[in-house]
Amino acid sequence: MVELQILLPAILNGLTTGAVYALIALGLTLIYGVLHIINFAHGSLLMLAMYAVFFLHAGLGIDPYLALPVVVPGFFALGYLLQRGVIARASHGRDENILLVTLGVSIVIENLARYFWRSDTRTIETPYSFETVDLGVAFIAVPKVVAFAGALLVTLALWWVMSRTDLGRAIRALAKERQGARLVGIDVDHIFAMSFGIGTACVAAAACLLLPSFYVSPGVGHTFVLIAFTVVVLGGMGSFAGALIGGLIIGVTESLCGLYLGESLGQIGIFLIFIAILLFRPTGLLGHRA
Amino acid sequence: MLEVKGLRAGYGQVEVLRGIDLDVAEGEIVALLGANGAGKSTLNNNLSGIYRPFAGSVRFAGEEIAGWPSPRIVEAGLIQVPEGRRVFPNLSVLENLELGSYRRGRPRRQANLERALAVFPRLRQRLQQKAGTLSGGEQQMLAIGRGLMAEPRLLVLDEPSLGLSPLLVDEMFELVRRINGEGLTVILVEQNVMQSLTIAHRAYVLENGRISLSGPAAALLERPELRRSYLGV
Repeated sequence: MVELQILLPAILNGLTTGAVYALIALGLTLIYGVLHIINFAHGSLLMLAMYAVFFLHAGLGIDPYLALPVVVPGFFALGYLLQRGVIARASHGRDENILLVTLGVSIVIENLARYFWRSDTRTIETPYSFETVDLGVAFIAVPKVVAFAGALLVTLALWWVMSRTDLGRAIRALAKERQGARLVGIDVDHIFAMSFGIGTACVAAAACLLLPSFYVSPGVGHTFVLIAFTVVVLGGMGSFAGALIGGLIIGVTESLCGLYLGESLGQIGIFLIFIAILLFRPTGLLGHRA
Repeated sequence: MLEVKGLRAGYGQVEVLRGIDLDVAEGEIVALLGANGAGKSTLNNNLSGIYRPFAGSVRFAGEEIAGWPSPRIVEAGLIQVPEGRRVFPNLSVLENLELGSYRRGRPRRQANLERALAVFPRLRQRLQQKAGTLSGGEQQMLAIGRGLMAEPRLLVLDEPSLGLSPLLVDEMFELVRRINGEGLTVILVEQNVMQSLTIAHRAYVLENGRISLSGPAAALLERPELRRSYLGV
């Protein structure tokens, strides 16, 4: 049995990572819930946002957290235009095409990144990169605490938009009833693109929160998006609360497995959970039957 | 208020409506009758901008709206309550009503909400309930309430009596008569010929994509061909 002094920090660290997973999964689950597609470009967009944060820091000396007000709106716009200008146009409204188009977009983005920025991993250093906070039971790195709080705040903001504004209501209405949505005057193409934009803004926020403690490389998206898929399936496809809870569970699982099985095997637990969910509760923790 | 001339429409290569002429004056209830597949819903969805007509003209409140996208038509005040209700099952009753004024009537949302709830008091007890959990009759009320939230100048009701119990059907027709009495212009699309003609001022009968009969409702009730085709007498 591992002592509590080791166990508690592992759980806390897992929660901080999990909150960022949740944030990425939130974007994925939003896009899935409304457009009924798995967005394969999600990871590449995260990578792109991380490079944006990296270059803003390297070139202009902008702190990753202060980059949030620039990167998040920028990537919202990018997502909006990507859906409206590329994905909707190229897919002719057929779901299986949308899937392929997002896959194509991700391959293009990733290889452009390789071409321009090479495959090396890059990191940035901030004054607080190696600072820690004493939480009484454990010392946690400052960037992780900020990431945890930031991810929860963004989640809260998103929840507010989804439940309290006409935009959020329209997004949820469109997810289930397209014809009805048209008949109350909802501009379907616009709301689809807004959903894609918000989903992309989520990964942009995640990028700002990640970079002080994580590296960036052209393939970094895969690391996160695979986990984000697991989170979405665990929480229930299209469920926001599910994504949050799922993200935290996955983060803690990864951390504890890393503790017991060794750092390199930490992800085994994630995929065991994934398989168990598919076997015993395919709709996820908070999902509904289709 | 609404003037349709030579409207041709359909899906892909298939022409469903082969030249429709009809008009609706302010304050009227105009019934649009016809069997399944006659083209009633196709006509509605072309009026609402869900589909683009192949040819012809649709004038609404002085403007040519044929080919306009649906948000713009909603904004102009032509509101359709669709067949099958099409309420948002995952949203609460209140949210459904609020979204009724998504495009039109938003500044007076609160007042219109009170008005819609006065028309459908039963919805008031269900405000926080998900629309998907309502009974068929309640969903129909919600769909009409949602339509009223947009302050319609012309309300198109597509088969409001479909799937309701006979008692509720009576209630529904009485309600249409009432909201029309308050000044709302209504197109009533129905298979229920008898009851529609009782409350309508005028009616059109749609057959195979064409208007086969039209005139004052009372006169149509006497037409032998209508009685034969739809009333079985």
